[in-house]
Amino acid sequence: MDNMRVLIVDDSSVMRKIVARSLRQAGLNIAQVLEAGNGAEALVVLQQGKVDLVLCDINMPVMDGLEFVKQLSGVENAKGVPVVMITTEGSEDHVVQALSAGACGYIRKPFTPDQVKEHVLPALAGNL
Amino acid sequence: MSASSPNLAAGQLRESWPPLLALAAQEVFSLMLGSRLVPAREPFAEQELAIASIVGLAGQLCGVISIRCSPKSAALMAAKMLGVDTREAGPEMWDAVGEVCNMIAGNFKSKIVGMGDACMLSVPTVIAGADYRLRTLANSGKTNIHLLFEGLPLIVSIEVHN
Repeated sequence: MDNMRVLIVDDSSVMRKIVARSLRQAGLNIAQVLEAGNGAEALVVLQQGKVDLVLCDINMPVMDGLEFVKQLSGVENAKGVPVVMITTEGSEDHVVQALSAGACGYIRKPFTPDQVKEHVLPALAGNL
Repeated sequence: MSASSPNLAAGQLRESWPPLLALAAQEVFSLMLGSRLVPAREPFAEQELAIASIVGLAGQLCGVISIRCSPKSAALMAAKMLGVDTREAGPEMWDAVGEVCNMIAGNFKSKIVGMGDACMLSVPTVIAGADYRLRTLANSGKTNIHLLFEGLPLIVSIEVHN
């Protein structure tokens, strides 16, 4: 997929930059990286336009990643968009909740760029 | 993953927590910063470590995990995470230190059998300054691990409720 628009949701600006760099290192052709500091901000971003991929933290203030994923079903611009969770919370309960809510992948911090690639490429392939 | 064994795991493995915490920190620094943490030969003067980040633990494991370092270390962490010069990374050092502590806490938790679903993490809090006392409800005593990050002092600590 060329000229992708990616939304990265994390309350850490450093982590948003690391994730963006990892995606580029994975060879993705990214035209634009959109950022949000929590789920509520991400919903606003999505209401303004479509994206090709969402990467989302779980443990965030205001609206956490699990609630964000649940609310995506009501956002027209998010229909069919793959969502991959990236988080320190590696509990089975969180994984099940995220996947049940519609996320299609799960990456645990700390991660390597290769691990990002391993999870993101299949998620995108399912969307092509 | 079994959710039936957290008490057993927590009780039996508590003695092994300091090395697991050190390993968790070493993995975070290796994977996310490209740096190798090494044990310090001698304890540090803690008053020199004017940046602290704290992540709360709640549930089966209740207490705090924290890291303390100098402002120079914090800026270097941000620089290494972002792949930029320390002067450029300076404004990001608060966020970087918080995220490092968050990842260490999450990585440590994942190394204790059964703790994944039984323990929740707070978002990190970052403190600047050395002249303060942190009091938690934890009553097990604090375990400090003294490490060197690129030759600079770094303390990783855990304090949990018995």
